[in-house]
Amino acid sequence: MTDTRTISVTVNGSRHDLEIETRLTLADFLRHQISLTGTHVGCEHGVCGACTVLVDGQAVRSCLMLAVQADGAMVTTVESMTGENEQLHPLQQAFHDNHGLQCGFCTPGILMTLLEFLQHNPSPNETEVREALSGSLCRCTGYQKIVAAALDAASRLRQDVGKTAGRRES
Amino acid sequence: MSSRKFEPRMGRLEDRALLTGKGRYVDDIHLPNMIEVAFVRSPHGHALFHSIDATAALAHPGVHAVYTHADVVRTLTSDHIPPDQLIESFPATTWPYILPKDEVCFVGEAVAIVVADTRYIAEDAAALVEVDYEPLPVVSNCRQASVPESATVHRDADSNIVSHFTTEYGDTETAFAEAAHVFGFSLNQHRGGAHSIEGRGVVVNYDADAHHLTIWTSTQSAHKSRDAAVELFDMDESQVRVIVPDVGGGFGGKNTVYPEEILTIMASRLLARPVKWIEDRREHFIASIQERDQEWDIEVAVDTEARVQGVRGTIYHDQGAYTLLGLHVPHNSSIAVPGPYHLPSYSMEVIVSETNKVSSIPVRGAGYPEGNFAMERILDRISRELGVDRAEVRRRNLIPGEAIPYEMPMKTREGTPMIYESGNFTRCHEKALEAAGYEDFARLQQKARAEGRHIGIGVANMVKVTGRGPFESATVRVGRSGRVIVYTSAMAMGQGTKTALAQVCAEQLSIPPDQITVVTVDTASSPIGIGAYGSRTMVNAGNSVHLAAGEVRDKAIRVAAHVFEVEEKDIEIADGFARVKGDQAKSLTFKDIAKALGAAKGLAIPKDMPIGFEATVNFRPPDVTYCNASHVVQVEVDPETGGVEIVRYVVVNDSGTLINPTLVEGQLQGGIAHGIGNALYEWMGYDENAQPVITNLAEYLLPTSTTVPNIEIIHEETPSTLNPLGVKGAGESGVVAVAGAVISAVENALEPFGIWISDAPISPMRIVELIEESKAAG
Ligand code: FES
Ligand code: FES
Repeated sequence: MTDTRTISVTVNGSRHDLEIETRLTLADFLRHQISLTGTHVGCEHGVCGACTVLVDGQAVRSCLMLAVQADGAMVTTVESMTGENEQLHPLQQAFHDNHGLQCGFCTPGILMTLLEFLQHNPSPNETEVREALSGSLCRCTGYQKIVAAALDAASRLRQDVGKTAGRRES
Repeated sequence: MSSRKFEPRMGRLEDRALLTGKGRYVDDIHLPNMIEVAFVRSPHGHALFHSIDATAALAHPGVHAVYTHADVVRTLTSDHIPPDQLIESFPATTWPYILPKDEVCFVGEAVAIVVADTRYIAEDAAALVEVDYEPLPVVSNCRQASVPESATVHRDADSNIVSHFTTEYGDTETAFAEAAHVFGFSLNQHRGGAHSIEGRGVVVNYDADAHHLTIWTSTQSAHKSRDAAVELFDMDESQVRVIVPDVGGGFGGKNTVYPEEILTIMASRLLARPVKWIEDRREHFIASIQERDQEWDIEVAVDTEARVQGVRGTIYHDQGAYTLLGLHVPHNSSIAVPGPYHLPSYSMEVIVSETNKVSSIPVRGAGYPEGNFAMERILDRISRELGVDRAEVRRRNLIPGEAIPYEMPMKTREGTPMIYESGNFTRCHEKALEAAGYEDFARLQQKARAEGRHIGIGVANMVKVTGRGPFESATVRVGRSGRVIVYTSAMAMGQGTKTALAQVCAEQLSIPPDQITVVTVDTASSPIGIGAYGSRTMVNAGNSVHLAAGEVRDKAIRVAAHVFEVEEKDIEIADGFARVKGDQAKSLTFKDIAKALGAAKGLAIPKDMPIGFEATVNFRPPDVTYCNASHVVQVEVDPETGGVEIVRYVVVNDSGTLINPTLVEGQLQGGIAHGIGNALYEWMGYDENAQPVITNLAEYLLPTSTTVPNIEIIHEETPSTLNPLGVKGAGESGVVAVAGAVISAVENALEPFGIWISDAPISPMRIVELIEESKAAG
């Protein structure tokens, strides 16, 4: 039988202490051990970006990382993005408003990639957005509306920051 | 749909779940007690095997079973996948096994299925299964496959040629005999894959007590899967239910019944517990269908004015190891050559051969990209030889707008006359040239060349058959909730099908689309249907919904007129009510009407009115439709590295009436991205032993956000005359003309080097090679 180990990992604010096989990928851990199926698997070899999640705030490919490597880490997945009252995050809203998704399979990975990217670069231009997305494959959209959504989201998020600087809204 | 009640460009109803991680794709389905499978696959392009030893695999902890051909034979009614009902039949050797008995015919062909607690364990155990192979001669190229001396793909076959036919009309002989000029060349068009980001997958629950199968499958053709299960497991339709969950893209790769699907069902049936199989990317590379493998020899006869008089030649089509969908692709390629152009005579010999590669059936475009590429190369060759500008050559050869409807002297696959019934090709062409600044480009190009930069422009025009029948089904029903629900056999795989169908229904019932529920394929609620391919969903399902919703509206009017004792013309349908015009007090909600038509006590309904606030329509298009488009693309090429950058892309597209223009734009952009892959990147390589040399996405280059430009779209909206909505289909409209336009632009950029490109895709290495060759030739 393969090796197992007990890990403790915080996912979207909830702590999970679980005994798992050492060879289990983080993607499979999230999807099949703790039933967060929003994170998708498109290639299992680190190219498509569908499995992207944040580990301690950094975008990583959860198919290339073992779950044991996330021991003690904070993991953020697409399921955490909606706020209270199930309100869409401005980035999600921008994807809806700009038709930034078709089948939606690449979408969670792209959202997580952009979430990190827009934190570091709140005012990107189109070239920078395209570069940030170059590690995410989408077969449906031709990327155009994803790029438009990302630029739109950046401007919404900047406005939100402006707003919260004055007055914290619910 | 000329005047619309609701915003055409509405946001999608599908989005919320998909954006929040609440989508439900097949791998998201987890059933209690579920186990998983992996497949043992052939490492050889062609081999016999004498035995399969599963002893070690079965001894592995967590393994439940290993099944081979013998288990298929004892469990199923046949050891072959049942033939597709919609196509002609072919010899038995060409038809795929569920598991082969003793011969494998391509790398990746499954020889055994391993069932275990988890996929991890199933894969471990699959590696322990020992298969005693004896390699046989391999056929890896379709041209070589067609000669009599060739080895055969199947041991028992006499020849590899599945079909040999000629698509022809007019007097080609005279055209060539009397032509001012004749030019000839060859083309190589290479295979690519469908590569939806979600692979195939299936979850099966066999309920032994009820003797009932529930199958969740990521497919484009659920009814084919249901019918295959019915036939192979000797069950009836009430005992097999296929549900299509959210599908992460199809592009042709999910439009056939595969052995893996049947074998997963078989495992569930034999073990009486839920079983799951999820394809991984490597399996997608070696065991999912592919397309575009063709070699062409072409000749064109042309007059002194650059007008084409005749085209003739041969297409060698690579069918792969089995014939899954008849001659769809090679037939389409041969009839796609004339496209929007007037071609007086034509004779194309088509030799369809099997090879020891995974089967080839339609991937987005279905043979049209290959035919279009050939024609656009022909026009570019004429331009080059006669010194007539490329846009002008096209202008002289396009079917003029006033000639539409235009009957092509060929037949559709159904054997009916091929008629371009609407659209205006010349107008699209001129509009695209103007929008892209074609006239002024030569000046910019001169300037760039003076600066040492190589920019180029390319033009291509296309027509694609769309909206093929026979039908899709729609039931529009209002029950006790008062909510309008559309049940349809339309298959959703990312196109926004639910939104667009809700929009169609909304216009008829005057209820906002977001208050309508659309249930796409579940064979329990939509027992008959065909599938999502060939840009056919809006034509077939869209019109079924349109007509069914219209019948529901008429019923509401009749009930209200009866209840309020007024004429039907005095009733209006608005805001979810059927009411007497000018008298708001006299109104019925849809809930009231549903109750009345459900025979509830209290509300009288007309005596002759059938029970049920519902209608079902299975719209049958009288003929296929055709969408058309004109593409103009600008590129910049680095002659040192062969790198191509697409600088600008303009398309004028006519898909008929647009239900939701935003969704159509999404289809076009995605289709054009796919075409850019076919033009520049996507190359599925095999060596001479038919070993795939590429099995991951690092080597197989899908177009990325940095290689696909923004696409500027101009809509032409000429309604089809063949269906009530006037729609023509858009799913494949983008992809067809891309390789022709892009490769023409690359050549144009490199005009000073005088290269001629005969491959699609064209790689940077090949571009550099061509430049070197041309320099060496002086
Ligand atoms: S699944 Fe992880 S990068 Fe593709
Ligand atoms: S939306 Fe389908 S892969 Fe991106």
